[in-house]
Amino acid sequence: MKHLVKLGLAAALAVASASSAALAQAPKTLDAVKARGTLSCGVGTGLAGFGQPDDKGAWTGLDVEFCRALAAAIFNDPQKVSFKPLSAKERFTALQSGEIDVLARNSTWTISRDSSLGLAFVATNYYDGQGFMVKKSLGVKSAKELKGASVCVQTGTTTELNLADFFRTNKLEYKPVVFEKNDEVVAAYDAGRCDSMTTDASGLYAERLRMKNPDENIVLPEIISKEPLAPAVRQGDSQWFTIVRWVHFAMLNAEELGVTQKNVDEMLASTNPDIKRMLGKEGDFGKGIGLENDWVVRIIKAVGNYGESYERNVGSGSRLKIDRGLNKQWSQGGLQYAPPIR
Amino acid sequence: MTMTTEQTPRPRSTGETPRRSLSSYIYQRETREIIFQVILVVAIVALFYMIISNATANLRARNIASGFGFLGNVAGFDISQSWISYSNVSTYGRAFMVGLWNTVILAAIGIFFTTILGFTVGIARLSSNWLIAKIATIYVEVVRNCPLLLQMFLWYFAVLKQLPEPLSRVDGVVKSTSYALPGGMLLNTRGLFTPKPEWLPGAEFILYALIVAIIGTVLMARWAKARQMATGQPFPVFLTGAAAIIGLPLLTYFIMGRPVQFEYPELGRFNLSGGFVMLPEFVAVLLGLVFYTASYIAEIVRAGIVGVSKGQKEAAMAIGLSKGQTLRLVVVPQAMRIIIPPLTSNYLNLTKNSSLGGAVGYPDMTQVAGTINNQTGQAIETILMLMGVYLTISLLTSAFMNWFNKRMALVER
Repeated sequence: MKHLVKLGLAAALAVASASSAALAQAPKTLDAVKARGTLSCGVGTGLAGFGQPDDKGAWTGLDVEFCRALAAAIFNDPQKVSFKPLSAKERFTALQSGEIDVLARNSTWTISRDSSLGLAFVATNYYDGQGFMVKKSLGVKSAKELKGASVCVQTGTTTELNLADFFRTNKLEYKPVVFEKNDEVVAAYDAGRCDSMTTDASGLYAERLRMKNPDENIVLPEIISKEPLAPAVRQGDSQWFTIVRWVHFAMLNAEELGVTQKNVDEMLASTNPDIKRMLGKEGDFGKGIGLENDWVVRIIKAVGNYGESYERNVGSGSRLKIDRGLNKQWSQGGLQYAPPIR
Repeated sequence: MTMTTEQTPRPRSTGETPRRSLSSYIYQRETREIIFQVILVVAIVALFYMIISNATANLRARNIASGFGFLGNVAGFDISQSWISYSNVSTYGRAFMVGLWNTVILAAIGIFFTTILGFTVGIARLSSNWLIAKIATIYVEVVRNCPLLLQMFLWYFAVLKQLPEPLSRVDGVVKSTSYALPGGMLLNTRGLFTPKPEWLPGAEFILYALIVAIIGTVLMARWAKARQMATGQPFPVFLTGAAAIIGLPLLTYFIMGRPVQFEYPELGRFNLSGGFVMLPEFVAVLLGLVFYTASYIAEIVRAGIVGVSKGQKEAAMAIGLSKGQTLRLVVVPQAMRIIIPPLTSNYLNLTKNSSLGGAVGYPDMTQVAGTINNQTGQAIETILMLMGVYLTISLLTSAFMNWFNKRMALVER
């Protein structure tokens, strides 16, 4: 009894003292990034063309360059990024918890991720779709022939759900073999554990290069889903959301206006009003989103425009050699369309 | 509780009560005890209050849904192995249960085999045969000192690569390339395929026969013990029991006109179909867990046996018991008292370590919960569920082992 009284007293005291301590409001992401001096960017655990450390440990890839562009816009230094490799399973929790400032890790934009996960996807930086890779020796020509096949897939992805939907709608049975890390998916497929492996088509082309014999594998023609891959930020900080979104749009606008890493200095003298506005010669657009007015110049000097980044990492200038396809500018028949800077 | 208070010197009754100042209270032992306990409780409660209110505030600020309502939604993903019916239109709650059963069954089978292997190796280390003792020592030292996850990867990838693909196609001719094992079993990269029994009418009598044989064996063991107590005459309980448990169902099988048929795996388009499949992921995790945990159990068993005093063994020999009888009747029962408590914690370790299975694609509870977390974003809820379930499994295991330990302890006289 005496102990109970003591406990009760203590508990009452505790609640009283704790409730008086006000909850500290989370600081603005931009201020936090500036105070820290580096941008914390969540990337994949190694996918060629999108985010992968090279033999010297420097990160390269389309998503990596997006983070470098963001760092350049904030600090005028594309090296001020610390990359956090995250598995598909860890990525959203890392962003939710504030461990990273932005997630640029070929993640698909869906309504459930926009709503219940508390994330905000900024803009699609790569339009992709899910495909299947099989061994040539199987003689399979279409994904609809995969009845009874074992399929290797990574857990916690939209891929896993699309796979289930595809086989269900086509009334085919299959055997999923699910791994946490992409490396294990590739290793198991290569060891013959599965007949097929599925992920976004871009990922299939990238992973094919890592197989024992890349030429013995083919990517089937069917694309079974829409996979708009987009960088994401946390909800509730609209300033940060705007900055991250416009970094992507700036790279697109630069390509459209013909501003490249090489000619950006000459372009500063351009008389084209669109270019003048974009490069900060006219107006206060950079200041308007919380950055400096030469933000686009910084981005282009650091990584180039979207087209340059694409070709260097996944397009003709890379080992992947993926056609621009849906990722062409709208004026070329693609889907990449940036609102104007004005 | 009472022992200290009775010994504290009471204030001497000198007729007048001395006025006590506030500071004297602070220097009193009992007061200080209360003060420190209050501070501790305040600190702990405040900590938890802050953690919880902070988490709820943050979740609200970021528009992350909370609560357990998501468990009723359609999961939409498939799971490679399930003991209960499940498809991609089942709910998240059902998916969690599939993972739970996969963990429980893996742990149960793992505990069974690791016990056998651990006891065998532990006794082998004490063998007078130099070669057997050395092999057991090397096994223990190597396996115990390598990380478990690494061993699972070794079992999975190193062994998987050695196995043949299920079939080969040369000029359109499909040929099975699996290793054929005795009993119609086939082994390839897709797993171990065994014939699956199909129960026809009349097969239930085989089950009844088995139950009758088991009950009969238990009764016989009691009778034999009573007889030995009374007359000193032993009875071959083990052999008779084994004969009854195997023989009676077998006899029924033939009497009922063989009511069990086997479905053999057949070659399909990509793989063998039909039969019962043991997935390579399951086998890799099981082998990893069994070999790793057994190396610890072997050491516990050795310590237990060495812990029984030499005099006991010598006394048993002196009254004419054989070597086997000495071990079985004198040494092991006494060693068990030393073995059981650490054995319990190793069983618990095995259960908890089974959560590493996800790394090699085994859909255990942790892996399925991870997928659920990723698809729904309910990190706090899924982690709480996981913790709750592991805690329950562990507490149940320990409760059982404590009961078993108490029973064994009574053997002591």
